[in-house]
Amino acid sequence: MIKGVLGALVPLLAALVAFAFGAMMLVTLGASPLAGLDAMLDGAFGSGSRIAATAVKATPLILVGAGITIAFRTSVINIGGEGQIIAGALLSTVVALSFPNLPAFILVPLVLLSGAVGGGILGAVPGALKAYASVNEILSTIMLNLVMVQFMNFLLRGPLIDPFELEAGTRIPQTQRLSDNATLPTLLDGTRLHIGVPVAICAAVGAYLILWRTPTGFRLRAVGYSPEAARAAGISVKRNITLAMTLSGSLGGIAGAILVFGSEGQRMVTDGSAAGFTGSAGFNGIVAALFGGLHPLWTIPSAMLFGALLTGATQLQRVLQVPAALAVALNGIIVIFVISSTPVRGWLQRSLANSGMFNRSSDTAGMD
Amino acid sequence: MKRQWRLGPAVLVILGALALVGTACGDDDAPASGSGEGGALRVAIVAPSASDDLAFSQSMVDSVHAIERDVELSVTDGTFIIEDAAAAIRGYAEDGNDVVIAHGTQFGASLIEIAPAFPDVTFMWGTASDTQGLANVFAYSPAADEGGYVNGSIAAALTKTGVIGVVGPIEAGDAVAYINGFKAGALAGGASEVNVTYTGSFGDVALAAEAAEAHLANDVDVLTGTAQMVVGAVGVAADAGVPWFGTQANQTSLAPSLVVASQVYHWEVVLEEMLTLRDSGVLGGQAFEVNLANGGLVIEFNDAYELPAGVRDAADAMIEGITNGTVSTG
Amino acid sequence: MGEFFTLSVLVATAASAIRLATPYLLASLGETVGQRSGVLNLGVDGVMLLSAFFSYWTVLETGNLWLAVLVGLVVGLVMGFLYGVITVFLNATQGISGIGIFIFGLGLSDLLFRQLVGTPKPVRRLPNVDIPLLSDIPHLGEALFQRNLLTYLAFLLVPVTALLLARTTFGLNIRSVGDNPQAADSLGVSVERTRFVAILIGNSMAGLAGAALVLQLGIFQPNLTQGLGFIAVALVYFGAWRPIGVMGGALLYGFVNATVLQWKALGIIPVSGSDLANMAPAVLTILALIVVARRVHAPSALTKPFTRH
Repeated sequence: MIKGVLGALVPLLAALVAFAFGAMMLVTLGASPLAGLDAMLDGAFGSGSRIAATAVKATPLILVGAGITIAFRTSVINIGGEGQIIAGALLSTVVALSFPNLPAFILVPLVLLSGAVGGGILGAVPGALKAYASVNEILSTIMLNLVMVQFMNFLLRGPLIDPFELEAGTRIPQTQRLSDNATLPTLLDGTRLHIGVPVAICAAVGAYLILWRTPTGFRLRAVGYSPEAARAAGISVKRNITLAMTLSGSLGGIAGAILVFGSEGQRMVTDGSAAGFTGSAGFNGIVAALFGGLHPLWTIPSAMLFGALLTGATQLQRVLQVPAALAVALNGIIVIFVISSTPVRGWLQRSLANSGMFNRSSDTAGMD
Repeated sequence: MKRQWRLGPAVLVILGALALVGTACGDDDAPASGSGEGGALRVAIVAPSASDDLAFSQSMVDSVHAIERDVELSVTDGTFIIEDAAAAIRGYAEDGNDVVIAHGTQFGASLIEIAPAFPDVTFMWGTASDTQGLANVFAYSPAADEGGYVNGSIAAALTKTGVIGVVGPIEAGDAVAYINGFKAGALAGGASEVNVTYTGSFGDVALAAEAAEAHLANDVDVLTGTAQMVVGAVGVAADAGVPWFGTQANQTSLAPSLVVASQVYHWEVVLEEMLTLRDSGVLGGQAFEVNLANGGLVIEFNDAYELPAGVRDAADAMIEGITNGTVSTG
Repeated sequence: MGEFFTLSVLVATAASAIRLATPYLLASLGETVGQRSGVLNLGVDGVMLLSAFFSYWTVLETGNLWLAVLVGLVVGLVMGFLYGVITVFLNATQGISGIGIFIFGLGLSDLLFRQLVGTPKPVRRLPNVDIPLLSDIPHLGEALFQRNLLTYLAFLLVPVTALLLARTTFGLNIRSVGDNPQAADSLGVSVERTRFVAILIGNSMAGLAGAALVLQLGIFQPNLTQGLGFIAVALVYFGAWRPIGVMGGALLYGFVNATVLQWKALGIIPVSGSDLANMAPAVLTILALIVVARRVHAPSALTKPFTRH
């Protein structure tokens, strides 16, 4: 038991060492490390509204992370989070623009659902390409991310652009203000906490239930553990790989819808890059998932932690007037340190070994 | 599974405890507005790219420094993630800043939500020409087409092949105004072709460089461009000995012998006006434009670049003409 | 369209394609070596950013281009050492440790640039070096043989890497460690050492790639790579873990980008079609892969940490 507690403390120690590095960086920039830590904690947890902001920031990470766990447990590496978020956001935006007058209790679930569909399509494509055309998913997802950014720019500056922008001639890539009926209802007045947060948590729970409590999930995990054995048992490897990617993508798509309809501006807006809209949730979600041992339920606290890091960092930047880049570098150091610390390694290894993630003997072996 | 149970909760409990300790010992809330040392004005800028990028963001930081007032300035730059920028704008308002400058067109949507929540704070938003009906928001925009037109006409005077090249990011905002004005000015000035390439990114320097190379392959002998990725294109121009026209900030340092002129944004001209209004109790609701007439746009010539005889005079005359309305930028 | 098919324009497009392809090729070849030994490195972009910054800074301070290239290589080596320790000796999960390095490199290069340089200052760019005789070949010579030395190095490294992997003992070790580390181990090959060296090689080449990128451009900016490193990783899969395939991928990517830019300059692609055209490189890469679909054999131990049984 003592070993267990000690084992839990080591990654914490690793995080502290990482913070020590951050402290050194702050000192060289002429800022006080204590003030820095204080700013980060204050930014993440300093008030009710800040905790709410942390939860909201963590929401896309929970969703993407849960999606990643489904994919990884089927032995598919989904790096397409950014693109899937964008796809979900675009489709949900189109739906909101098409049906602005539906009552909120229909429209809100509808946009979330469309987000799932949009992201799902963008997951299904690389999934099918892998299953039926042997196109490696790392390649196709990275490429699709690039495609979706340009597609988003095209739509937001073209067919979906705010008509006001066209009039004014400024052509900002944004849609008009979307229907109030689609705004995600706030749960706590005075904060930004919206239903996206419980939706994300439910989705993560749902992912867990699907994977471990349904025959579908069993089949997915079986394919992940051993495609040959799965096929021998009559399970269609191809279909399940496609399914895994589709589910994974749809969760990312919901995140995209939440980003649009939970945003301050109530519209979809871009600066031309992917991260400008997604906030790199597609990548950070992967980190959150792996910190959580590829288990959908543990992805939730792990994503919250990451969300706290991110909101704390913006406060750090603002209060101490240090470059935002410091926080980015610090995030990277923390990731490296924590993932290198031994007990995490051992535990993850065992957990990943059980997931069968890396048991494939070749990329296409066993494909029908 | 046991170890998992210990890891998660342990980490969360310890962090939660730290957080409580941290906030308990933390500093109190921000000082009241306007009470900086000696009554200095507390201004904050939220900008999407680096504040020393020789382009859009830098122009605003430089301008705030140029205001003739006592200013306590905070800057959050590099916030290209729009939700993060919104959080920063809101945060600065909460911190008690008197003025928050949302220096990015894409931040406007967030202001609609944030501004009403802080009626005593003046928000300035650019580039934009409409305050969206908000009483405490000033909008500012550059008449970038004016400087573009002037640059274009000078470019036409300099080109020997008659073909001029433009490297742009995305067809939006002040980029498109500048480029359209430039094209009009160049064609009116006698250029035979103005080729425009929008690379599709504000930050891809390599792509901008190759876009410039592509232009050079088509007999282009004068180049211009806008946005922070343009530094790549300037480098190509410099190596090829091709004159360059800049915008948003003075880009002479990028190619000291080949930058002809830059249209520099001097926002301080309108910032002063906005602040005067604020002093008299009007916290927003008006739109401002920097242009050649009010000195908010200045064509800064590079003294090291020798213009052929008469070109400088013609340019000055053109600026005159635009200022008094006799020349239209198309 | 006719204007595009004039020789001078085609030649310029080819030259542009080769310039664009150079950093992709260098980074991708390095990643190939690493992946053949069973190690996935998603942090290539971060390594490139760090090496690009330090190379740039070297030229800024010393004016010496070749010192800058060396510095880039060394930065890659150092990052490779770090990644090697994390991956081989600490057996960290390769997916995220790589992303951690990416985030770290992105932030640190940005921070250092802000603190040490500030406003972008241009520096000398890599000069074009004409290869005697070959560069006199009409048109083709101008496109292929009037490039800079790092480009020549990149393309030279294609057969070098191929030979290394296919014909040397070390290459055999790399491949066996990547395909069947248990067997290799039982035959006395040190899995750890082989992977470590492969990682060093891979990251050093990523360092060279960063140097090539920044020295071709003559200027640095935060996030100069804009995701180049990730595309380089993707190209390894495109090339089926073979250097020649990787070269094909890099060239395809470079050519499509260069052609799109040229067509935009010529007005063949109207401004309204700009965004859709920007998708072309990615879409064509996927299409090419579908069309050329073949049974690829990934290194079987790729991403699996090695533990002795």
